[in-house]
Formats: sequence, C-alpha cells, structure tokens
Amino acid sequence: MASVTVPTSLIRPPGVPASTIGPLLSATGIVKEFPGCKALAGVSVVFEPGEIVAILGENGAGKSTLMKILAGVQPPDGGELRVDGEVVAFNDVSDAMERGIVLIHQELNLAENLDVGANIFLGREPTRYGMLDRATIRRKSRELLDRVGLTCSPDTILGELSTGQQQLVEIAKALSISARVLIMDEPTASLSHHETQLLYEVVRKLKSEGVCVIYISHRLSEIIELADRVVVLRDGQYVGEIKRVELTREKMVSMMIGRALTTGSERVAHTPGNEVFRIEGLVTEAFPQAASTFNLRAGEIVGMAGLVGAGRTELLRAIFGIDRPLAGRVVIAGQTKPIHSPREAINAGLALVPEDRKGEGLILEMPVRHNHTLATLGRTAHAGAFINRPREVADSREMVAALGTRTASDLLAVQFLSGGNQQKVVLGKWLLSQPKVLLLDEPTRGVDVGAKQEIYRIMEELAAKGLAVLFVSSDLEEVIRMSDRALVMHEGRITGELQRHQLNEAAIMALATGGSLA
Amino acid sequence: MKRTLGILCILIVVVIVSRIAEPNFLISRNVSNVTQWSAYFAILSIGAMFVIITGGIDLSIGSVVGLVGCLLPLLIVKHNWSPSVAIPFVIGISATIGVIHGLLITRAKLQPFVVTLCGLMIYRGMARWITGDNNQGFGNKFDYLLEISRWKIPLYKDYVLPIPVVYMLVIAIIAAIFLNQTVWGRYLYAIGRNEQAAHFSGINTNRMKLIAYVICSTIAGLGGILLAFDLNSMQPSSHGNAYELYAIAAAVLGGCSLRGGEGSVAGVVIGAVLLRTLYNANNMLGIPTTLEFVTIGTVLLLGVLADEGVKWYAHRRKLARSTA
Repeated sequence: MASVTVPTSLIRPPGVPASTIGPLLSATGIVKEFPGCKALAGVSVVFEPGEIVAILGENGAGKSTLMKILAGVQPPDGGELRVDGEVVAFNDVSDAMERGIVLIHQELNLAENLDVGANIFLGREPTRYGMLDRATIRRKSRELLDRVGLTCSPDTILGELSTGQQQLVEIAKALSISARVLIMDEPTASLSHHETQLLYEVVRKLKSEGVCVIYISHRLSEIIELADRVVVLRDGQYVGEIKRVELTREKMVSMMIGRALTTGSERVAHTPGNEVFRIEGLVTEAFPQAASTFNLRAGEIVGMAGLVGAGRTELLRAIFGIDRPLAGRVVIAGQTKPIHSPREAINAGLALVPEDRKGEGLILEMPVRHNHTLATLGRTAHAGAFINRPREVADSREMVAALGTRTASDLLAVQFLSGGNQQKVVLGKWLLSQPKVLLLDEPTRGVDVGAKQEIYRIMEELAAKGLAVLFVSSDLEEVIRMSDRALVMHEGRITGELQRHQLNEAAIMALATGGSLA
Repeated sequence: MKRTLGILCILIVVVIVSRIAEPNFLISRNVSNVTQWSAYFAILSIGAMFVIITGGIDLSIGSVVGLVGCLLPLLIVKHNWSPSVAIPFVIGISATIGVIHGLLITRAKLQPFVVTLCGLMIYRGMARWITGDNNQGFGNKFDYLLEISRWKIPLYKDYVLPIPVVYMLVIAIIAAIFLNQTVWGRYLYAIGRNEQAAHFSGINTNRMKLIAYVICSTIAGLGGILLAFDLNSMQPSSHGNAYELYAIAAAVLGGCSLRGGEGSVAGVVIGAVLLRTLYNANNMLGIPTTLEFVTIGTVLLLGVLADEGVKWYAHRRKLARSTA
C-alpha cells in the first residue's frame, strides 16, 4: 500500500483565511474532448469572491462544458481545478457542492410535485428520530426564501410557482448548502422582464454577501447591466476578458466572433424566381407578442439565424401545422392555405426536416426504405390503401442514389447509419413528396464535415431546381456561406433581414442579440 | 420471424411432451376442444395486438366479451329481437366502445391504461345491471344459432375442424393483410415506434390510433358473440373475466412489445394456441388446477426472458464483430 503524502504547500496554515491562500476557484488548462470534437482546448480562468462574472461565447464555444466541469458534472480530460488554492478533483456534483460550488441548470432540476421546502432540502432532509423534521424544514426554508426575496410559503407546491419563482427556489436551495460559487446557465432564458429584474437584485445581494456568481447569457444588454467582468470563449479556447469599465456591445461581439469579419460567400449569385411562399403576421404560442412576416422565392436559399431559443423552431413548427399558430396566415403560390396538420402542409407543398432528427425525423428501428416512403406511401398506394411495393423499392433506391446515402442495404434500420446519412434519409423522404418549399431546422447539426458539404450541395441543387429553401442555423459560418438572404430572429421577433452582400457575423450577431444594425 | 418460429418450437415441444405423458392428449375430442378455445383466444388476441402495436393497451376486452355475451341473448330471447338485427346491433355497440376509447385517448389525451381500466369496470357493471345479474342463455329454441360456434367440419376418422378455427383464420388473414400490405398497417407500426416522427411525416396519428381501438373492441365483440353461442350460459358477473389478460399475454408471447411497433399476426395466433394448450395440458396431465396460472405465468415469463436473452446475445455479437 502506497502512503499518500500531501505536498506541504497545499496544507492551509491554521488561522489563515482561505482567500489569502489563493483565489476562490481557479481552473488551469482545462481540456475536454468529446467524440469528434474538442469542446475545451486548455482554458484557464480565475474566480474571486464577491464578483459577478459573465461567460460569453457563440453556440458551441464551450461555455456550458466549462461550467459543467467546474461544478463536477463532468470530469475534465486535462487541466487542474483549485478551490482556495487546493487542487481538487470532483467525481460528481456532490463533491463540488461540498466545496460550495453549485450549478443551476438551464432546465431546472426541481420536483414540481413537491412543495418548496421539500425541494430545497431534497436528498438532505433534516430528520428527527428517523422521521422527516418538517418544522425545521419549514423554518430554515423561510430564512432562505427571505434571502432570495420570495414571499411564498415553504408549503407551496413548486409547480404552482412561475418559472422565475422556481429559479429563485433553486437559488435558495444552492444557498442552503452554503454555496460560495453559484453558476447559472442562462438563468433568464425563460423569465419575464419583471422576474429578470428580481433575479438581478438577488444576484447583486449575493455578490454583496461575498458569493461569486458565474453567469452564462446570450443577452448582451443583460451582461452589460450585471457583470463585473466578462470572460470570452471561442471554439473551446479562452479568448480574453473585458472589465466592466471597458464593456461595450461592439467589443463583446468582436471578441466573440474573433477572426476577421467574414463577408465572402461561396454561393454563386443568381436571380431568384417568383414568390412561392409567404407568411403574414404569424404568431406562435411561445412568443405571443411577436408576429412574423416574410416570403420565399423560387430558387432561393434563405438562412434563418438567431441564438438558441430565439423562436425559430417554433415558427417552423407553426408553419408546418405541428403547433397551432395564435394568428397569421400562410400563403403558398398566391393562395392562402389553412394548415392545421403536417398532412395539410405536405399537401400544400411544404416539407420540414426537423431539428431533432432521431425524435422527429426518423423512425430509427425501421429500415431506410420504410423511412424514405413514410410521407408518400399513401400517395403511391393502389386504391389509396395497398402499398405499391415495386414503387416503394424504386423510390427508395432513387433517393439512395440521388443523395449518395451510404448504407449497406435499404433494408437496414436507419439507427445503424451515421448522422449525415440519417439526415440524407430524412431529406430523401421529403424529396419524394416533391415539395415546393423545403424547411430545414439545423440541417447539419451532429453531422461530420464531409456530410455537411454534401448537405450544402444538395440544398444548392434543390434551389437550382426551383425549390424555395429556408434553413434555420445557429452556425454563423453556415448562414453566411449558404444564404442568398438571411432573416435574423431574437426573442420570437424577426429583428432584421440581411441581403447577401450585407451578410457578416457582426451584423448577424448584432441582430441576434437584440441590437440593431450599426 | 425468428420469434414466431421460436414459440412454434415451444408449442411443438409442449404437444409432444404432453402426448408422451398422457396418451389421451391427442384424441379427437381433446384436439377439437383445444383448437376451438384456441381460436376464440386467438381472435381476441389479434384485436389486442392492434392497440399494442400502437403502444397502447386495452384492458376492457373481457368486459366487452361479457357485455356482448349477456346482451345478445337478452335481446333475442327476452326482447324477441331477430338475430339478424341483434347481432349487428351488438357488433355496433362494440365498435362504439372502441370509438369512445379512441376519442378519450387521442382527443382528451387520457392514458390508454386508465381509459380501458374504467371500461373494464363500466361494461362489467352494465352487463350485470341490464341482466339483473341473472344467468343468460338462448334456451332450446335457437339451436341453429348455436351451430354458428358449435358446428364441426369432419376431417379424418373422428377428427373434426371446429368452425371457430375457420373464423379465426379469416380474421387472421385479413389482419395480416391490413398490417403488412396496407399503408395503415405501416402507419400503425410507425406510430408504435415513434409517434412524433410519424406525425411529422404527415400521418394522422390520432385517427390511426382511434382505428386501432375500434378494431380491438369490435373483434372483442365478435369473440363475445362466438363465445355466447358456444357456452349458451353466461354469468354476467364472471363471463369473460380476465380474457384481456390472456389476450395481452398471447400477444406478448407472440412477439408484441408493450412499447409498441412490434408483432406479427402469426406469432400472436401461435401465442394464443400455446397458452390454451398449456392450460389444457395442465388439466390432462393431472397437475392440480390450482397451479394452472402458475404454469401459464411461468411460461410467459420464461418466453420473454429468453427473447431478451437472444437479443442481448445478438447485440453482443454485433459489438464484438464491429470492434474486431
């Protein structure tokens, strides 16, 4: 048995407060790899007590991964974490909690069916004689709720509170384990304006109590209002920091994007045809205050940019008849088409490649062939009922050949195909329906670089054949490379339209974060 | 396919073992009895299969059997309805029950288990109430009706083919064509696998699920009619009791997954025959009848365990090959 020797430099001398030893929390050279991508490539950051630090970066910059590592959700593949100067290795969340580091997830981790007090002490319930000590739970919860400015009773069932109030309960829970570092991943993403203000107050109060608040947000105005310091990540790397006094929207955007602003596009200029599709004043349930209007012309590829949660997917779902829009109409080839179901959308000449390929695009256990023909089986059937087998085989083979789908056989279940080839099967299903308008939601998410290029080529070929193509993408490069024109959304609203010559990352980010064009 | 062959093998083994242990097992009278009852249960199981494929469940099958079995003699004998009106009428009632189940599940978004559990209680209670809890039968005046279920086609020596087997085969063939050759069958399997993706592909998932419940209840009604003619004496409080469980068990034994999206008609029919054969073998071999559920439950459990084992083994082999 090897004996463990502790380096003397790491032993805290008695009587010396922790903060004089080293920073509250520091990460040095953190590396994290996922299959096929390097999420973090050596990031170093330091956090001190009593400060509010915003972490900024595009989608996929590595913000969430870094936060998860700090909070012990995932172990790093390399690098070092120190708390009060001591090297720590978190095996799980409870290890991090023990050192006072708590992560509040984007999706709250609360039990909606339990009351507030039970949620705060979930898993750490005080007991008396082996029974739940409800009186203590109630008393301590009251104190914690007061600290976060919640007036509700600890006996309130959590599900009856608003999202904002639930967020505060989550913070109270963090405080109950005397959190010294509170990490919040987009805490205001689903809060109303009033609730957001309330959260700001609580965050400032915690700061004055010496808690370090680390904060991920896509909303630049929010960061300007709240942060003492902004740490910018890009492509898994630490880009730099901006101090509060130097904080401007422009500076944040340019650091986030980093490289020289791309303006070029590989898509060849051409003149689009007539309008084939238009929506007028479409309002989705997610953003009842925002009405969207835009059109698409034949042969045109239109990108739809915006940050995650900007309401793009919701808009596509409403257009395609999955969710009922609150208002507005869809006009196809000059005619208003009432669309209440995907069936009606398909009949009207629409096709939607959904964002969630496995959950909404494919039936994974079914073979490639059956997936290909799922939307058109009824159309080709004998007497509208009996499957036309020779036609089904021919259709499926045609799509495999046309899209270059790599599969051992078209009777192979699609779950065994790679992401890119799965996406081609979804595309094939829709091409068989011969749509006039193709809607794509994050068409290249989770596909490798080669397949990405092929999907781009397919989109261009389809546009050349006269289809109107609308694609939602959170990948700015993709939007710039592929779009003839781009629409940018922010909080459910189309905040701007950029022509091809206006397309650059700064312009898109400005619109996507709620600003306007300079 | 493998699954179907697997339980076919088990069935053959059960038959051979029973024949060796009890020579009377394959005498014509017993064969006729087993095939006749297998046919009834296979019919109910085929109905159950439709909802199970969509990922649903129907717990009310036995109560529908009981309701139809009591209502039909009540209408014909007590209320002097013509059988040619009464039979379509009770089939209509069964179909309506299916429509109600389907609407509650697809429109009111209730869980199939809950909806059909309520159905199980409600139809049983209705059967008892309309009959005053008195036994129902057709008496002696309707022997020609009873022949609908009791007629036996002579085959070889004293061996016969009970007519319900023919009905069962007809229903099985229609069901197999529906599930394998029509777009609706494909849609049902697709819904069972991934309802979201099916909906996104333009399939009217609500309507297809409703159709599945209508088919299930209607077939339960048909089974109820056949059983009524065969038995000619129905106790409203118990007739058809637990038949839904036999139907579900046969469907699972035959390769249906309660998660949906799987199952073949052939498998389900063989599953029903196997269950009924086990039940009969239990009696014939002199095993205490009190143990009959133990036998059936154990075989069902071993069946699904073996199936998981085969899947696990296949998965491991696939992994081994891909890493080799």
